[in-house]
Amino acid sequence: MLISLSSYDLMLAAILVLLLGMLGWAMHLGITRSLYIAALRTTVQLLLVGLVLKTLFASTQLWFVLLISFVMISVAGWEILSRQKRKLRGWWGFGVSTGSLFVSSFLITLLCLLVVIEADPWYHPQYAIPLLGMLLGNTMTGIALGMDRLTQTAWQQRPVIEQRLMLGQSAPRAIADIRSEAMRAGMIPIINSMAAAGLVSLPGMMTGQILAGAPPVEAVKYQILIMFMISAGTGFGVISVLWLISRRLFDERDRLSFKRLLKKA
Amino acid sequence: MSHFSIRQLQYLHCGPMDLQIEAGEIVGLYGASGSGKSRLLRALADLDEHQGEVLLNDAAQQSMSAPQWRSRVGLLSAETFWWLDEVASHFQQFDQQQAVQLGLPEDVGDWPVSRLSSGENQRLGLMRLLENRPEVLLLDEPTANLDPQSTAAFETFVVDYVQQQAACAIWVSHDPLQLKRTAQRCYRIEDGVLVGNGECA
Repeated sequence: MLISLSSYDLMLAAILVLLLGMLGWAMHLGITRSLYIAALRTTVQLLLVGLVLKTLFASTQLWFVLLISFVMISVAGWEILSRQKRKLRGWWGFGVSTGSLFVSSFLITLLCLLVVIEADPWYHPQYAIPLLGMLLGNTMTGIALGMDRLTQTAWQQRPVIEQRLMLGQSAPRAIADIRSEAMRAGMIPIINSMAAAGLVSLPGMMTGQILAGAPPVEAVKYQILIMFMISAGTGFGVISVLWLISRRLFDERDRLSFKRLLKKA
Repeated sequence: MSHFSIRQLQYLHCGPMDLQIEAGEIVGLYGASGSGKSRLLRALADLDEHQGEVLLNDAAQQSMSAPQWRSRVGLLSAETFWWLDEVASHFQQFDQQQAVQLGLPEDVGDWPVSRLSSGENQRLGLMRLLENRPEVLLLDEPTANLDPQSTAAFETFVVDYVQQQAACAIWVSHDPLQLKRTAQRCYRIEDGVLVGNGECA
């Protein structure tokens, strides 16, 4: 039994987003444009994927699944980059975000497919693609938040960092506080959703499975698996980003070198 | 016994500069705002890129790690910053007696850093820097926010330290009288080079 949504139902929700955008514009919050673009993108992208999903899941070619994965990872890397107020110059920005997604999402999905799920074949797109998608979607948020916090705070606290350097502290020590703050910022979303799962929020995947008729315990086990994978992925991803960027912020003589950061976007 | 040598130093549009400072000696530097005095001190502390050689007891800057260099060549910048809540948390061991010598209240160690005036900031910044026992002191207008009495205490404190530790110091100041009181030699930075015969006017 599925209650079909009419275009009016969707329109009502769209009006809310529209109103939020207008309020943001009136208050000069500078969020309207990206909100509208994101809303438009979600509509178009989901419609397109909805149309081809069946065909996508029908093909069990390894190269095809890999190709789709790489497209997904690059897009996620690009999205992380465009959420940054100050990015690393050149290919570094894209390299760091995509590389960390590779570690945090791709490798973990691979591990999960090979060791835990063991579908036949292991890269069966029906499992591989949604799994990677859920991981990317969540780690992407964490990484974007952690990265943004690190570069922004380092920029604002430049005098403090240099003060600590002047007193003979090494670069890692001089930026340690900022790094742990950025780590926290990146991990808060997933820690929140793990803590609130079942009490405050019913995770979408689990609910969907149960509504579609799957045994609740099976759905719950999948959800726990996903949550753990997301938190591990986010954690490893944020750590690798923080490590790479904080190294990049200093040169070989432990000097802050902000010329490697792009100006505010 | 320390000695500090600067050879053919170039940074930004300044230089080349040469300077040799012997143990127990304070060299005064002055010059118009924007003439590159602060930048010079930053280059000497290896906080900014530069060319040329800087040596401490004949050991080149690049021969040791940057943190090691900076704890031996201590820079007190014109503004001092704190990153923990309480003053004393920034010290390995807060020396109350030293604070009083510098004209600070006895309990200043327990103060939150937000309570410090800019003059207190500078004096505590000096105390924190000297905890490393630097062999070279680079002072960037350290008494700009101090009243005459605290300035005198600050000067005595630094001069005593330099003499007792046989350290070297560069003292940047806009006040010629101060340099005359503290420094043995003085130079002016003009168009990116050191000028003058060393006499403190």
